[in-house]
Amino acid sequence: MLKVLRDLFRHNREFAFGSILVLIVLGIVVASFFSPYPPLDSYVVPPDIPPSWDHLFGTNSRGQDVFWQLSVAMRNSLLFGISVALISRVISVAVGLVSGYVGGMVDRVLMSINDTFVVIPLFPILTLFYFMMHDHMSWALLALAMASLGWPYDARLIRSVALSLRNREFTTQSIFSGMSTRQILLEEHLPYVLPIVFSTTLNNINWSIGLEVTLSVIGLTNIETPTIGTMIYWANQHTAMVAGVWWWVLAPVATVIMMFIGLFLLSVSMNEFIDPRTRLARMGV
Amino acid sequence: MDAALSVQNLRAYYVTDYYGVRREVRAVDDITLSVEKNEIYGIAGESSCGKSTFIKTVAAAIRPPLRVLGGSIKYSFLERDLYDLDEKTLADIRWKHLSFIPQGSMNVLNPVRRIRESFQDFAFPHMRLGRSEFFDVVNQRLERLHLSPSILTAFPHELSGGMRQRVAIALATVCRPEFIIADEPTTALDVVVQKDVLALTLETQREIGSSMIFVTHDLTVHANISNRLGIMYAGRLIEEGLTRDVFRNPMHPYTQHLVASLPQIGDLTPKTALSGAPPSLAQPPSGCRFHPRCPLATDICRQTNPELITVVPGRRVACYAVMPSPEARAMTNDKFQPS
Amino acid sequence: MSSYFWYVLRRLGQFVLVVFVGINIVFFVTHATPIDPVEQAISSVTQFGQSDPRAVEIMRKALRELYGLDGTLWQQYLTFWKRLAIGDFGPSLSAFPTSVSTLIGQALPWTAGLLSTSTLIAWCVGNFMGGLAGYYRKNRLLKAVGIVATGLQPIPSYIMSLVVLIVFGYFWPILPISGGVEMNIHPGFTFDFISSVVTHSLLPVLSLALITIGGWFVGMRSLVSNIVSEDYVVYAELAGVDRHRILTSYVMRNALAPQLTGLALSLGGIFNGAIITEVVFGYPGLGTLLVRGVNSGDYSLVLGIASISIIAVATAVFAIDLLYPFLDPRVKVR
Repeated sequence: MLKVLRDLFRHNREFAFGSILVLIVLGIVVASFFSPYPPLDSYVVPPDIPPSWDHLFGTNSRGQDVFWQLSVAMRNSLLFGISVALISRVISVAVGLVSGYVGGMVDRVLMSINDTFVVIPLFPILTLFYFMMHDHMSWALLALAMASLGWPYDARLIRSVALSLRNREFTTQSIFSGMSTRQILLEEHLPYVLPIVFSTTLNNINWSIGLEVTLSVIGLTNIETPTIGTMIYWANQHTAMVAGVWWWVLAPVATVIMMFIGLFLLSVSMNEFIDPRTRLARMGV
Repeated sequence: MDAALSVQNLRAYYVTDYYGVRREVRAVDDITLSVEKNEIYGIAGESSCGKSTFIKTVAAAIRPPLRVLGGSIKYSFLERDLYDLDEKTLADIRWKHLSFIPQGSMNVLNPVRRIRESFQDFAFPHMRLGRSEFFDVVNQRLERLHLSPSILTAFPHELSGGMRQRVAIALATVCRPEFIIADEPTTALDVVVQKDVLALTLETQREIGSSMIFVTHDLTVHANISNRLGIMYAGRLIEEGLTRDVFRNPMHPYTQHLVASLPQIGDLTPKTALSGAPPSLAQPPSGCRFHPRCPLATDICRQTNPELITVVPGRRVACYAVMPSPEARAMTNDKFQPS
Repeated sequence: MSSYFWYVLRRLGQFVLVVFVGINIVFFVTHATPIDPVEQAISSVTQFGQSDPRAVEIMRKALRELYGLDGTLWQQYLTFWKRLAIGDFGPSLSAFPTSVSTLIGQALPWTAGLLSTSTLIAWCVGNFMGGLAGYYRKNRLLKAVGIVATGLQPIPSYIMSLVVLIVFGYFWPILPISGGVEMNIHPGFTFDFISSVVTHSLLPVLSLALITIGGWFVGMRSLVSNIVSEDYVVYAELAGVDRHRILTSYVMRNALAPQLTGLALSLGGIFNGAIITEVVFGYPGLGTLLVRGVNSGDYSLVLGIASISIIAVATAVFAIDLLYPFLDPRVKVR
């Protein structure tokens, strides 16, 4: 396993670049545990100081150190994204595998439902949800809502892998040797499906953090919790750009872009590594 | 030059370098042969013996990671070696002088274009005819192959497998090229259609007078269509001669086994399989590549590869167990000479 | 041609399913939660002082009727569908007494225009460049474009719009960054009006196009590099078919069908991107209207926009589905 990672790092530029970006972001996240200021407090340092040695990314108009605020914000956003991704994995993998393997009517019905969810625009519905819940809205609730709406795209990808597996020889062998459907799914197919599940998880993390940022910026989440989105929300509230406090906006935007690109590169390079066809193409050119 | 095609010492390998691991698959390893005018030269051999790669090389259909590492290929209608030509000249001679009947025509026709448009793409630029004259010629060719002109407006998925194969033959022969390469055209078809296609192919070749290389692993097809037969094993040519002679008197142990395994009516002897498996072309055995499975193998077979030499006028074999006749020895070069 | 008829019927069925499931979700979110929008509205109105209980009771009844919340759950369900069918969402609370449908009717063309223009540009340009990049793999310029596209692809709508806003709002303010058109120009087919609309739309369109173009480029590039090794392409190259013809009719043409399917599948996401972009640039479409509705506690407006969004996207997807068989003739045969 380690050898695979080392080979990937050495020979695949995307993987190397992606891992570096992700490691930088993770470094910032880990730093959050050593923050000298309690993250929810405001006016602990003089406001609006540009980046300097005392305050690496400067301070914002609420009197908080931007660097330490960012580290906690990134941590919260990342945790949120990971929880949504994990919860929706359960649904996508279940639907994808069952649909791809069992096929027939079950497949058609599941895919119809799947395509329905893919088409429905999420933002208005989530906004409506927030509108109804208002003060009763919590991060957990939001995560659940997003997870129950964000599984279909990945379910389709997993289903296509399951479909191609179903027709391979080792599946017919397993059936003839008397393995039950559940056994086949868990023991034979899962190892092949895991790489694509992993790469869709990374993409889903990107997607959920993106949606969180969007909702927070408009003020539709709990704005007291420091996240990337709420940081930008507060920056907008204090008209940071106009007031010239540009570092308040730049820090979260740059960090989150680094993370998006990093995770994306990782998921793409993992996919390429697994897919035998791209392997051949990369060798020849 | 007399021969329609002359191949000398051709070597083509698949060279891959992935994640720091370099691998060389020696699919075509030093092949020398020639095809006469108006003759059908058959190439036989098991799967992964290199016949398809040989075909790609001779048809100038090389794609990375396949690379030509040495040797020459000369056609009678070209002045220079095939791989010395530039893109433009190569595109000019394609189809007009050198065409290709592909393997299993399931997917060789563009699924979003009608058959008529495929003919226009492939043949029209070479023929220098007006549009209606062009389609007259096309219709003629279709009729010869027992296809109705109405298929021209169809899409490929609307035709049956046999019809698509016949369309492929029509496409390949409509320009009346000097040389046609056929790569397992009958493999995916059922026996009845196969017979039909073979008959049509033979008829077309006779009508146009082109030379042909016909590749298939099925020896019985070769018995019906090839004038001369070349047997390939693990990237090398191991026996060659008139088809009739090779069948009646196979000399190489591998060919002997192939011919013996063909079922014959009234023959009740049990058939035995050759021990072992075809060798890996990435790490072929030393010396003669057949030696791990050969009942006659000796020390020299394990050490050096036997050359393909003329053992009898008109016959070449690569085996230490087969000695050339005095007449053959009298010839100073190993090039095949018509008797 | 009868197979096309069955195909249309199938897609119509899917359309109905989408609308049905979507509207049911909307109903579920609004009616099956413990929060009562009527009580919410009342509490926000009465929090500042004394209110006569009888007046509050009258208000309560009026709101209940307005929001279609009186009667049993089943009755509410029926009322909901009935009102949707005739497009009656009631008056908007924040812009009383303008009806919600009027407001949506004013905003929808802006959103539709933004969406179709940027999607068309992004899809066509992205696919074209991606196709070239997939075919001419060694071209340095195309490789560089590919890196840029890969960098653009994962960035979510809000961040992209924000970056465009910052670049053109603060560093290079040559284009208007908010509004749909200058305030004091009379609408009509005059040059002033049209050019104002166009200049105001440039930044939002650019934003939305940048959000999606990366995905089309990368998708097309990988599709094309797979198609290039398909039998029919290899065969055509073997036959010396004109390279230009191969690129257009054999390679790109076969990649367009899956890309069209991809477009249909991502339309929901692109719609999300569109309304977010509108919010950033203050563009007078459904996005800004939605946020305004949320901030002013306007239940009917938010409900109306959510419902219309679902129907609009489903219709657009259905329209794309109808086009699909013209790109892939194999679909007619079932």
